Amino acid sequence: MDQAENIIEVRNLKIDFHTYAGEVKAIRDVSFDLRKGETLAIVGESGSGKSVTTRSLMGLLAPNAEIKGGSIMFHGEDIIKKSEKDMQHIRGKDIAMIFQDPMTSLDPTMRIGMQIAEPLMKHKGLKKKEAIAQALEMLKLVGITDPEGRINDYPYQFSGGMRQRIVIAIALVCYPEVLIADEPTTALDVTIQAQILDLMKDLQNRINTSIIFITHDLGVVAGMADRVAVMYAGKIVEYGTVDEIFFNPQHPYTWGLLNSMPTLDTASGSLSAIPGTPPDLLDPPVGDAFAARSDYAMKIDTEQEPPFFKVSDTHYAATWLLHPDAPKVTPPAEIVRRQKKFAAMQKPASPVKPAAAKE
Amino acid sequence: MPDERKKILEVRHLKQYFNVGKRDEVRAVDDVTFDIYEGETFGLVGESGSGKTTAGRSIIHLYEPTSGTIIFDGQDVSKLHGKAQMHAFRRKIQMIFQDPYASLNPRMKVKDIVAEGIDIHGLAKDDADRTKQVEDLLETVGLNKDHSSRYPHEFSGGQRQRIGIARALAVEPKFIIADEPISALDVSIQAQVVNLMKELQIKQNLTYLFIAHDLSMVKYISDRIGVMHYGKILEIGPADEVYNHPLHDYTKSLISAVPVPDPEFERNRIQVPYDSSNELADKKRRMVEIAPGHFVRCSEDEVAMYTQRAVDAGLTT
Repeated sequence: MDQAENIIEVRNLKIDFHTYAGEVKAIRDVSFDLRKGETLAIVGESGSGKSVTTRSLMGLLAPNAEIKGGSIMFHGEDIIKKSEKDMQHIRGKDIAMIFQDPMTSLDPTMRIGMQIAEPLMKHKGLKKKEAIAQALEMLKLVGITDPEGRINDYPYQFSGGMRQRIVIAIALVCYPEVLIADEPTTALDVTIQAQILDLMKDLQNRINTSIIFITHDLGVVAGMADRVAVMYAGKIVEYGTVDEIFFNPQHPYTWGLLNSMPTLDTASGSLSAIPGTPPDLLDPPVGDAFAARSDYAMKIDTEQEPPFFKVSDTHYAATWLLHPDAPKVTPPAEIVRRQKKFAAMQKPASPVKPAAAKE
Repeated sequence: MPDERKKILEVRHLKQYFNVGKRDEVRAVDDVTFDIYEGETFGLVGESGSGKTTAGRSIIHLYEPTSGTIIFDGQDVSKLHGKAQMHAFRRKIQMIFQDPYASLNPRMKVKDIVAEGIDIHGLAKDDADRTKQVEDLLETVGLNKDHSSRYPHEFSGGQRQRIGIARALAVEPKFIIADEPISALDVSIQAQVVNLMKELQIKQNLTYLFIAHDLSMVKYISDRIGVMHYGKILEIGPADEVYNHPLHDYTKSLISAVPVPDPEFERNRIQVPYDSSNELADKKRRMVEIAPGHFVRCSEDEVAMYTQRAVDAGLTT
């Protein structure tokens, strides 16, 4: 496997939130790498910790958050140890972020050209005139029609999709190494969403940015991601390449997520919902946090936390089902269908796949 | 044939304009005609601003329509007079809203939220009966009676949406308008709520108008789908047919943009662009039945083109 260079290495990250009710253990030992030029999707339900994880990369945690342990290495330096002043040099220049709601992430009182030019003046020390000239180029790049005529417009004069393009222009104007996109298209209509996703892919190819893409929409993940990490209750429970996660998932939670979405060929009948709700992280459950909602839970799941088991060189899952002594289980029908497809996809390349033995 | 089923709702040439006669006149719903049959789920899809929510609100008479008729259960809604008739109408038709956080009064207990309709319509004999009804409703939607004395903030989004559904069911309606009922919920919870709605539909013989922008979920829950754009319905047909063999260019474009949770499919996706200039050209158009039960809004000279498309797709001969 050709290993690209790691841009960010997160190790054993633990984050608590102090609340009136007690300490919410939002991130419970999360480790992952982000490689150069790749798109890593982090999927999970609200409260699973996907947004908190990425906010910690930006040094943008809420005041009641406390990093209890771990490290976030970026260019050989730990971001966690950096001061707010140092972070201001990184934020927007090396690591940029696109937020969910384009209606609230722009300054309503500032002309959009100036908003795009601002990071250039701040981080690169450009004069206003040069910065505005580059902002104009950026507007062209993100596909705003008549950029010369619109550079002095205010955000309210643009539609939601156009505003998100402007937000992307601001995020990318310094050619950051890392772009964090937190549900960047959730507030948009599907046709506009498709345009924005295409734009992001196109720009990624041009400037070779690494993208961390946070979303709960598995359809979007399937189209955007090179690799996927699935989060549940403050932990990563499974990660692998996009094909491995979609066609050969191993964790019952990943099964549940994939199963609860109607696909093109879902027949009418009942969708397989995941029963219950995510656990309360004030008092996280012992063992596998998903056990209480899983049809596949075993006794050990309530006693001991599962380690990551290796499925392939690029694919790991934290479920006791992968333990050699675990009983063989049959995943839901939809998952079996996906796994068959995976086996068919693998055949030409490698006839013997270690994952096949784990089915 | 679908025509033999009983129509519960007939919408004819519904127009809902705002700021009529002013410079900023908005034609939110502009000449919309469709029927909904008893016991079915009719999905109304469209992008934001297409008028789908306004159409739903006009039907339940939250707005006074600019023109057109809405016949519900054989009765012309615009001819309802006085409080008593409006009361009777609103007992038969209820609404579930998009935002489970905004649609429940934070200062009311769950039992009073659910019982509000029971109180207004005088459906409970006494306090004990009221309590019993509320508890039964909570159980129906998968909550339990202990929940009845709590406040909305103590519940998750999915649970709140269940409370909203219990409230709608309290007056034993025949027809429910669900406006983006699952958009604000997590994927795993969406499936729970959709399954609950389907189950209730069968048990209580409900008819749904399901308004949403999530096409895959709409296709899954609906028997028939109507596609709205710029205040007009452009295509109506059986859900599978509209999804798999769309006839109108706009529908084709919309469906081609839906992300599918399958990386292989996504790698080969071809998105169909849509040019609305033809749709906006000032032509006289009406809904024409191109294939059995499959309507497209078109002008006389476009009928042949759409018919050919339907023939090519094997929808008609």
